[in-house]
Amino acid sequence: MAAALTLYRSTIGKKAIMALSGIIWYGFVIVHMIGNFKIFEGAEAFNKYSHFLREVGYPAVPEGTILWVIRIVLLVSLVMHVLMAIQLTRLDVSGRPVAYKKKRTKQASFASMTLRYGGLAILFFVVYHLLHFTTGAAHPDFEYGNPYNNVVIGFTAQPLTAVFYIVAVAALGTHLYHGVWSALQTLGLNNRRSDKLFRGVALLSGVVLFLGFAMVPVSVLLGIVK
Amino acid sequence: MKITVNVWRQKNAKTKGTIVKYNVDHVSPDMSFLEMLDVLNQQLIARGEEAIAFDHDCREGICGSCGVVINGYAHGGQQATTTCQLHMRSFKDGDEITVEPWRAKAFPVIKDLVVDRGAFDRIIRAGGFISAGTGSAPDANSTPVAKESADLAFDAAQCIGCGACVAACPNASAMLFTAAKVSHLGLLPQGQPERKTRVLNMVAQMDTEGFGGCTNIGECSAACPKEIGLHFIGRLNRDLLGASLTGGSSVD
Repeated sequence: MAAALTLYRSTIGKKAIMALSGIIWYGFVIVHMIGNFKIFEGAEAFNKYSHFLREVGYPAVPEGTILWVIRIVLLVSLVMHVLMAIQLTRLDVSGRPVAYKKKRTKQASFASMTLRYGGLAILFFVVYHLLHFTTGAAHPDFEYGNPYNNVVIGFTAQPLTAVFYIVAVAALGTHLYHGVWSALQTLGLNNRRSDKLFRGVALLSGVVLFLGFAMVPVSVLLGIVK
Repeated sequence: MKITVNVWRQKNAKTKGTIVKYNVDHVSPDMSFLEMLDVLNQQLIARGEEAIAFDHDCREGICGSCGVVINGYAHGGQQATTTCQLHMRSFKDGDEITVEPWRAKAFPVIKDLVVDRGAFDRIIRAGGFISAGTGSAPDANSTPVAKESADLAFDAAQCIGCGACVAACPNASAMLFTAAKVSHLGLLPQGQPERKTRVLNMVAQMDTEGFGGCTNIGECSAACPKEIGLHFIGRLNRDLLGASLTGGSSVD
């Protein structure tokens, strides 16, 4: 019991929660990116895939069950991730009440120093993205059940939105470049031998997910997807 | 060489400090950074002013007493170098150098450049004892230690507790220090009986002291005069999570 309390109270325990919830979202964005590629197979394939996501598991379980289980897991993970980020950031800021007059870094990456701000940008984007393509509240001409058209119209009617999407997925790529490696280190899975491999995995994750996600708005803007 | 130094002056823990500018003439490039401060202090004493207080002891890079932030870098930013081993030849004639104490809530300033690093001592104390027999010396080779473990334990044991890791960390985290101390006993057979309680207690004490958390940025390791690797933090995380999940007990 004392050990469990130490874990929850300790900065390392909070970071472990942060790492686990981050890894859940990491898995989600990979599946999401692969799903996005269906848009290059045309409207029918993309809309069929979207429909499949709603009814996956049926008739074994009622329609939409799996979808909602996934949504709840993601929501809980997101809440925990943000909550731990707030608690840890407050601790980190209070760790140095008097700032240096002059402070420089020797090797810190841009990604590691801006992890929190990148996270905020991603959080803002997730909310906008749901209002844009899931509920349609932020969409100029939303048609329920026709995601292909929604994507094309969403980006062509408001090209600035497409630019915002590209910037947001760049923030995601940067966040993952440090976050994936950091999560593995936090969970104690890293050692001297695996370090290069894990840094490679993190770099690859950041680059591939950025390019994979950016491909959709770019293709719409270029008229490849219409 | 002529140097201008901007030094943090603070009368005591309760008063507010400020940066004061001093000109130091006749600086030899062969002087250490602390010797340059000695020369400046002689000038101040001759003028009837109060000398700048700074920690120092062995002046050969092994005791961990000295340490200030120089131009934004803990220990001045040279690879594997303490402040006492930093030489004035790494500066140019006419340079302006900013000198500040370690900045962390857990390291309150006592005076000028001297901070109270008692928090480190309390983390060590929280680690407790190891079950090593005292009395007559044990037989040689009675406890085999794998070469790789011995090397790694020694890498960790090189930590001199200077506090540069905390000073360089953007979050003022003491994870590298605690990781080094937990690892050097945790890697050796003599450290096994109390391994789990040690890591739980040391991390609990570290968090109590008010250090920030680790965001794996790596500035600690880059600033460390003994080049303690970031992988020791991974090892500390592994030890702490393992000890927590087993309830701190060594028996299943």
